[in-house]
Amino acid sequence: MIAFSSPIVDYHALAPELVLAAGLCLVLLVDLFVPDHRRWITGTISGFVLLGALLPIVTLAVWGDDVRDAIGGPGISGRYVVDNFALVLKALFLLAGYVVVLLSTHEMDEKSGYQGEYYVLLLSSVLGMVMMASSRDLISVFVALEFLSIPAYMMAAWKKRDRKSNEAGVKYYLLGVFASAVMLYGMSLLYGIAGSTQLTEIGKAVTLDGDKVGIQVLGVVFVIVGFAFKVSAVPFHTWAPDTYEGAPTPVTAFLSVASKAAGFVGLMIMVYLAFPLARDVYRPFMWVLAALTMTIGNLVALKQKNLVRMLAYSSVSQGGFILMALAMAYTNGSEESSLRAVIVYLIIYAATNLGAFAVIIAVARRTRSAEIASYGGLFTYAPGLTVMMTIFLASLAGIPPLGGWYAKFGAFRAAVDAGGGWGYSIAIIGAANAVVATAYYITVMREMWMKPVPENADTSSVKVPASLQAALAICGVATLAFGVVPGIIAKVGAITDLTGAFGG
Amino acid sequence: MIQEQQWLLSLGTFLPLAGVLVMLFIPKKDEATAKGVALLTAIATLGVGIYTLVKFDYDQSEKLQFFTTNKWISPIKATYTIGLDGISLPLYILSMLITVLVMIYSWNHVPEPGNAKAFFILMLVLQTGMAGTFIAQDLILFFVFFEVVLLPMYFMIGVWGGENRQYASLKFFLYTMFGSALMLVAFIAMFIITKNNAADPEAANFSFQWFNENGPDVARNTSIWIFGGMFVGFAVKVPMFPFHTWLPDAHTQAPTQGSVILAAILLKLGTYGFVRIAIPFLPQAAKTWAPIIAVLAVIGIIYGALGCLAQTDMKRLIAFSSVAHMGFVMLGISTLTPLGINAALFGMVAHGLITGMLFFVAGSVKERYHTLEIKRLSGMLKQVPHLGWIMGFCAMASLGLPGLAGFWGEFPAILASWNPAQILTDPSMGNHEMLYRVLTVIASFGTVLAAGYLLWLYQRTAFGEPTGEFSGHGDDDHGHPDHGNTDIHDVNVFEWVAWTPLLVAILVFGVVPSLMFDVMDPAVQQLTSVFGK
Repeated sequence: MIAFSSPIVDYHALAPELVLAAGLCLVLLVDLFVPDHRRWITGTISGFVLLGALLPIVTLAVWGDDVRDAIGGPGISGRYVVDNFALVLKALFLLAGYVVVLLSTHEMDEKSGYQGEYYVLLLSSVLGMVMMASSRDLISVFVALEFLSIPAYMMAAWKKRDRKSNEAGVKYYLLGVFASAVMLYGMSLLYGIAGSTQLTEIGKAVTLDGDKVGIQVLGVVFVIVGFAFKVSAVPFHTWAPDTYEGAPTPVTAFLSVASKAAGFVGLMIMVYLAFPLARDVYRPFMWVLAALTMTIGNLVALKQKNLVRMLAYSSVSQGGFILMALAMAYTNGSEESSLRAVIVYLIIYAATNLGAFAVIIAVARRTRSAEIASYGGLFTYAPGLTVMMTIFLASLAGIPPLGGWYAKFGAFRAAVDAGGGWGYSIAIIGAANAVVATAYYITVMREMWMKPVPENADTSSVKVPASLQAALAICGVATLAFGVVPGIIAKVGAITDLTGAFGG
Repeated sequence: MIQEQQWLLSLGTFLPLAGVLVMLFIPKKDEATAKGVALLTAIATLGVGIYTLVKFDYDQSEKLQFFTTNKWISPIKATYTIGLDGISLPLYILSMLITVLVMIYSWNHVPEPGNAKAFFILMLVLQTGMAGTFIAQDLILFFVFFEVVLLPMYFMIGVWGGENRQYASLKFFLYTMFGSALMLVAFIAMFIITKNNAADPEAANFSFQWFNENGPDVARNTSIWIFGGMFVGFAVKVPMFPFHTWLPDAHTQAPTQGSVILAAILLKLGTYGFVRIAIPFLPQAAKTWAPIIAVLAVIGIIYGALGCLAQTDMKRLIAFSSVAHMGFVMLGISTLTPLGINAALFGMVAHGLITGMLFFVAGSVKERYHTLEIKRLSGMLKQVPHLGWIMGFCAMASLGLPGLAGFWGEFPAILASWNPAQILTDPSMGNHEMLYRVLTVIASFGTVLAAGYLLWLYQRTAFGEPTGEFSGHGDDDHGHPDHGNTDIHDVNVFEWVAWTPLLVAILVFGVVPSLMFDVMDPAVQQLTSVFGK
């Protein structure tokens, strides 16, 4: 029995979380006191809060030690860690959150109201994600996951009078809590085996030999299933298209990028820290998930007539590529390349997909529609948006010199690096899927560039509000830069110190 | 490697992008300025190309010149390594020349639905991709450039093409994507295997030099698989039978400019990939694949020729003739001999000049007659004598008449296939001499067919009297409503300016082929040295 001693808190390391927490209280308060027509100010404050939280990340990256316990002390150290891995992903979540704020500004101001509440929930969700990146313990992983999910359930149902939005929220909520329950059960099994909630301890205990192999396997599988819901891996993806379509578009952007990335971060932490010796369970399991996710996501995406729905399935299929890289962790020494591949993929995918949603929002302000047919002839009256959309779609398709190619490259490299039957077979499946995927991205391009403008459409030039322009600029520049000089992103992604992984 | 004037190739490659940047700020309405800036950029780029041509050290054309290497994507060991040797020099310059000529032609020929600004921007982007592919000396860099051309060409066909443009452009895109996905996996696999084999894995990188040195050590069975991945990627682009089906559609539907660029340069990216990457990096696999390539190449020759005979559309006929001509190029490559590969490289340039020219002619015929249906055309020599003569000249060049450039691509390729490289005839490793000799005979028969379809085409369209429909006093039932006799004029100034350099080049390289052979040969000799003889 260890006597209780109060934990040592490293406030510098915790600063991003603290800024966010203070910021969301501030937004809540401001919301109470400003008149209705000036509620937009909550959005502005949220944007500043997110950028403000980035500052300590920069200082930590520049001056901090490589690894620090945000909350230390006997029996507590190593459970909430700030390392380079955490910093990079926190920065990603904050920036993605910032872009989502930019996307939301006009949508929320013009349409639904309840702006203050919306931004509070958004900030809470981002806070959950930021926590996820540092969590190295079952409890903090779970708390972070719930923290990021529960606000998202509400945000999905934000269009109160819209049936589809309500459906989106309910579906997401029900399947989400179900997944949490499954995961929690898996976690309890893991705890039972290891006698500790610390992931590295679990990693030592889950060795797949001894007399409790069955329980170990169940624990691993259940945890992966739980995260598979979060990252909408087939066959646990059924909520994604309906939720994405029904939710307000900025929320969809948030879910398909940030929330998904957070799921992958959680999965990554579990695989690298808790399951390094359980490869024979997670590799075949995730191999199958990856193959199904890529293939089914793609095949269904081919048939979509609604762009948001199509992007939903496309994001399912993109998740398959990430799973492909992750499934090959700890195969023939490929753990580093797959870790890098996943991180790089998440970052590039975030920039690209957010950009695509920015265009959708900008176009929908005019056409009031996300049907692919409504994009007919966009090139003739909104050439700028068309070119931007082309860039984002081509990047999603993985065509050089746009960011997406490097993401795909990394994923293939991880698979081929692992080699053997598992690696090569999934790489070939991935290659085939990369081709199928281009087919539906290209239908959108075709619509924009080659089809005539639909009848009765207003073809005066489209005005894009400043906040959307900023979002487009950020995403566009990032997508191009990541593709032309992938060195910048590769450097960020070249992380070898997911603390506790690789036996460190 | 000669590391002088290291900036030269980068300048030549990226100058078009600078032009694109400027053009972005020109309002869409101001078409003349946009076209002017684009053309000036292309001419400046060609100027850089000519300077390169002057500064190139022809006594050392087997060495990479203007070589430079810089960091690019350090974590994956990809570098920005570029250089030019005798193999890539002709293609590099050709791409610049073709872009300028196509732009001159486009000056008053911007196809429907207009928007000259976007059209010219796409051509400049294409130019960067094409030139970049030929100078890249790093596999990842090569891959990126190789793919850069994809989208501009897709839009060029899909937006400015003919009636079936959407189908054709999608087909083009998906075929190429399919090829490049497998190619990329093959590249990565080759890198990882050579890295694991190497004494010092840390030294591994994606530069061509690394693969030239370490690729041959890849175990034979593995290398056959990797070669297979690259084969699909390059063969789709060439295109080789049976991956050729996108080509007739793409060519037929593309605007004239797109067809010319496609025929003159884009198809060469595939054959260039074979010569530069697949064969030298994986010589063991090349040996195994060579007979297969040879057989497919000859099937392509015969199939393309028969396809030509069956066509009723002039442009589609030229497209099928491309399949046949690229068959000769691939046959030359498959011999793995210096003669064969020299012939292939010559054939690539010659095909670029001649078929590019034929597509120009087809475009102009279409513009005048509003149809390319062979049976509706007749008597061009009477009605538009200059155009008719130019077409005759190109048809002769295309069928391989000695004295014109086409001959030097076909004849040596056939010749080389009689005596393929030693390792292909080595009895202990499976003797393929008989196979190649049979192929020689069939391929020669292909030249006869070529003469057949080209002369038949020429006879039907150029000889005889102009059909009533177009001679001004016929009924105008199925013609374009606003065309009349006045519409059918002979070659105009823009066409003369755009075409003369090509026509001169076809003649000059036909009479003095050593101009090109001398540049290429040292590099080819070095390349084939691994195969003996």
